[in-house]
Amino acid sequence: MLALLVFLPLVAVIAILFGAPARLTAIAASALNLVVGLAAVLSWKAPVWTSSLTVLEKPALHLSFGFPDGMSVVMILLSVIVTLAAVLSGKAPEGREKLYFTSSLLISAGALGAFASTDLFFFYAFHELALIPTFLMIGMLGRGDRREAAWKITIYLGLGSIVLLAGLVWLANLTGTFNIQQMIANQALIPADAQKGIAALLVLGFGTLVSLFPFHSWAAPAYASAPAPVAMLHAGVLKKFGLYGLLRIAIPLVPDGLQAWLTPLLVLLLGNILWVGWVTISQKRLDTMLGNSSVMHMGYIFLAIAALIAFPENDLALPAAVVLMFAHGISIALLFALADRIERKTGSIDLDDLGGLAKATPLLAFLFGIAAMASIGLPGLANFSGEVLVFLSAFRNYDATTGLGPVQIACILSIWGVVISAVYMLRAYRRIFQGPPVKSTEAAIDLTLAERVPAILLIVALLAVGLYPNLLLNLLK
Amino acid sequence: MTLPWILLFLPLVVAAANQLLLKKTGLAPIVSVASAAATFVIAILLLGTTGTTSFEWATIGDFSIDIGVKLDRLSTGMMIVVTGVGLLVHIFSLAYMKDDEAKARYFTGLSLFMFSMTGIVLASNFIMTFIFWELVGVSSYLLIGHWYGKDSAADAAKKAFLCNRVGDFGFMIGILMLWGITGALSFDEMKPGLEAYRSANPAIFGGVLSAAVLCIFCGAIGKSAQLPLHVWLPDAMEGPTPVSALIHAATMVAAGVYMLFRLQFSLGADVFVGLTASTVIAWTGGITSLVAALMATQQDDIKRVLAYSTLSQLGYMVMAVGLVSGEAGMFHLFTHAWFKALLFLGSGAVIYACHHEQNIWKMGGLLKKMPLTGATFAIGTAALIAVPYVTSGFWSKEEILAAAFSGNKILFGIAIFVAFLTTFYMTRLFVVAFLGKPRDHGAEHAHEVGPLMSLPLVVLAIMAIVSGFAFTSDKLNAFRPIHESGHAEGHGIILGASIASLVLGLIAGFVMYRGKEKDPVVIPLLQNRFYIDRFYDHFVVRYFQDAFSAIIHFFDEFFINGIFVGGLSRAAESTGNLFRKVQSGSLQTYAFAFGLGVVFLIYFTVFF
Repeated sequence: MLALLVFLPLVAVIAILFGAPARLTAIAASALNLVVGLAAVLSWKAPVWTSSLTVLEKPALHLSFGFPDGMSVVMILLSVIVTLAAVLSGKAPEGREKLYFTSSLLISAGALGAFASTDLFFFYAFHELALIPTFLMIGMLGRGDRREAAWKITIYLGLGSIVLLAGLVWLANLTGTFNIQQMIANQALIPADAQKGIAALLVLGFGTLVSLFPFHSWAAPAYASAPAPVAMLHAGVLKKFGLYGLLRIAIPLVPDGLQAWLTPLLVLLLGNILWVGWVTISQKRLDTMLGNSSVMHMGYIFLAIAALIAFPENDLALPAAVVLMFAHGISIALLFALADRIERKTGSIDLDDLGGLAKATPLLAFLFGIAAMASIGLPGLANFSGEVLVFLSAFRNYDATTGLGPVQIACILSIWGVVISAVYMLRAYRRIFQGPPVKSTEAAIDLTLAERVPAILLIVALLAVGLYPNLLLNLLK
Repeated sequence: MTLPWILLFLPLVVAAANQLLLKKTGLAPIVSVASAAATFVIAILLLGTTGTTSFEWATIGDFSIDIGVKLDRLSTGMMIVVTGVGLLVHIFSLAYMKDDEAKARYFTGLSLFMFSMTGIVLASNFIMTFIFWELVGVSSYLLIGHWYGKDSAADAAKKAFLCNRVGDFGFMIGILMLWGITGALSFDEMKPGLEAYRSANPAIFGGVLSAAVLCIFCGAIGKSAQLPLHVWLPDAMEGPTPVSALIHAATMVAAGVYMLFRLQFSLGADVFVGLTASTVIAWTGGITSLVAALMATQQDDIKRVLAYSTLSQLGYMVMAVGLVSGEAGMFHLFTHAWFKALLFLGSGAVIYACHHEQNIWKMGGLLKKMPLTGATFAIGTAALIAVPYVTSGFWSKEEILAAAFSGNKILFGIAIFVAFLTTFYMTRLFVVAFLGKPRDHGAEHAHEVGPLMSLPLVVLAIMAIVSGFAFTSDKLNAFRPIHESGHAEGHGIILGASIASLVLGLIAGFVMYRGKEKDPVVIPLLQNRFYIDRFYDHFVVRYFQDAFSAIIHFFDEFFINGIFVGGLSRAAESTGNLFRKVQSGSLQTYAFAFGLGVVFLIYFTVFF
């Protein structure tokens, strides 16, 4: 059944290529996928979702899907929600509907495939599949300096993928299988000295894909240039692949190797939160600001991962990371969707050109306000649940007798990021929506009913998990 | 135990209904007022009940974050303040905001605030306190920024939120540390964990606990606007005046004091005696009360005088907490809530009558034009300056002075001087605005406000007198300390000093300001609030934050981006055609490069 989830978008792509109406087909397929995804959430323990198809006998290669645990379920849920919102928000340039919507669907299929795969080969291959349309869309339909941006993201993610590939191949070689569950069962076959090398490759490889500092400078220009659905799908969903990979592959397979890199990882994640946080404050455009903010917030998920590395019995760290991945995915998708609306309604995304927009478009202001508050980490919205769990997980093994350990010190420093994100988000809200209206915002028209739907879909998800995080945490039991 | 849950969630339901359903119907104000009335009734019904009930909000294995309701003398007493002042402010707002085009949004914000504040008061654990702490912050942000089209209001809202956030940075760390020390998040379970920690680590106990308490205190510094994060509160006066009365005088700003008292209550007052943190807290409060009172003497905006006065009184309360006399602080919180709300609503009535004029030098003679408002304002003033025996402020201020007297004589001296300053600036305010002759046509044509505004004023005026007496405050669970041996130590000195400061303040105020057309004394240092705001705006924000972030941005662009990408691009170009084609943007090349990657991958996996 999970295969259905992955192939539905692919079928829709083929249908569009054969002349089906692009937008409608994409929306229909994504809506259907949302239904399937919700069904999966309700019944993910049922064996019906697991499937395996032998592709190669030797070496044994299976196209197999399944839910090894609740983490995959949450990632699938995130993917289907954001996909529907993305295709609903997208507005293709005249004559380019086919490319626009097939690309969006392909990114979604790749992400779903990666999260659903229980086989290392396809786990990797599906992600690669999703990257190609991402580059294409940025390069062909992007805005501004799109060539530069497309080129930069290609180089970075291409190199990151190659480094990652080396680590994964090394792992598969040592454990003698591609089946992730079996790899974990054979974990003892990985010698200690290899662990350290593999861990380095995985942290660098997965890290680059998640814009770990200092490999982050592809993200902001890429998201600023990307068409809205691509920014939503990549920042919201596809980027989580790297974090998911660290949790799914690296932590169970090379825990000791990761331990050796704990301090560098802590330094780098503080780079994400503090360094990039300060960079975000100085942005003058909403789109690059959001791009940088999404880089910054990755630091908190890395913090949960670091807490898990430092203290393997840490029961809070994995749920914390998963909740925050979900929350961030939804909230950044919402922000990119609304930023795109702001640009379409006012013709500008430059903070200096805007002001007082709330007067003309109160609903847009309200929805953007919720998205901004989610990103700031306001309780009641999902991001807070994730962040507070991350902080608690970092203090899970805090020993008040011996004093603060490295993870706790990193946590304390990273909490300053909570102030930083409030600074730039409120500044953006202040500049765009408040104060007296200016020429570009005077005559803007508020959101129509159809334009509200994707935003409301995402906000419902943020509120549900924010008001009652156990909705999500129960999946992770 | 369903009643406390209704008390907590009714305002949230109302806020949601207002926003989603009732915005265009004109029903939102009525529904909000009805909800405030219902919560007030529930709060009265809950007086005297105790107990804790909770549900699991976020569960991981045997760890859980709970949403709970803790009823005890402290929380039920505080609920009377929150819902009582809340209800009166709701009623007052019906008239004050009746011509505002965004009435529905305003009342939605008020209901959201009531929900958040109730959550802080009833919270059974520290994470829940933090959750509602943040929600209070955002409702305050929304209400200060109600007239967001005005730059000053939008800036003030942002400033309030950010100052609170800076405090919350420490607050969160403090919660985490305290969790590490006691092994518990809930108030009920902290004490045993702390005792175990104390007996296991007697040497470092005081230092570690002090560090945690000081971090938590940061949260109170932000929310209760203590030095050095006090700057947001005077600016918050950009919000509608009823909001100032409810949030920025009676309840939200008192939440910091309430939270500290809750902490003292949970851990036991004995562990706070002699703690370094307690000394720091006491001095922070004392200095805030002094600095704010000095600034209040030179403000011309009626609301700003009251705002600085609030800062100063909050300083008193914080000082009491630091002197480990939380009861005195809570008692003052209780009485202050009524008379300060009264003064703010009174100033709201004046501003309303004078067509949104806030400068006291353009008022004058208002006692004759608005006798009821003037009389109730006089009662509020009397309570604030602590007229002996007949006002509530007297009883609670005496307790704080007694705590300071037995705790630290220098702080006692400061507190007495602040009492003098308080009398002085309130006399100045009353003489300039209410006595003499009208100095502007706004004041000339002012007339008495309608019943929706005067009713809350009268009720609050009654409370400003009776809330200090045992027959009221004990019934309402206020923390009126009981002195078993009759009078506290040094009773005569304290009483004498406080009456002397009152008389001197009255005389100085009358002599200096009677019949004056403009301020005879100009002290730029005080008018400019010791230049603290300017220091923040110019130095901290512009030269530190913005310049620093610009420098980081520069390094990010030219260093990280330059070295990594620049280096890569040079490497790529020197390797020839393939990457140059990528750079030229040829689509086929992108696709080809990635197709190649996948082929490479397959090759690898099949043949290794």
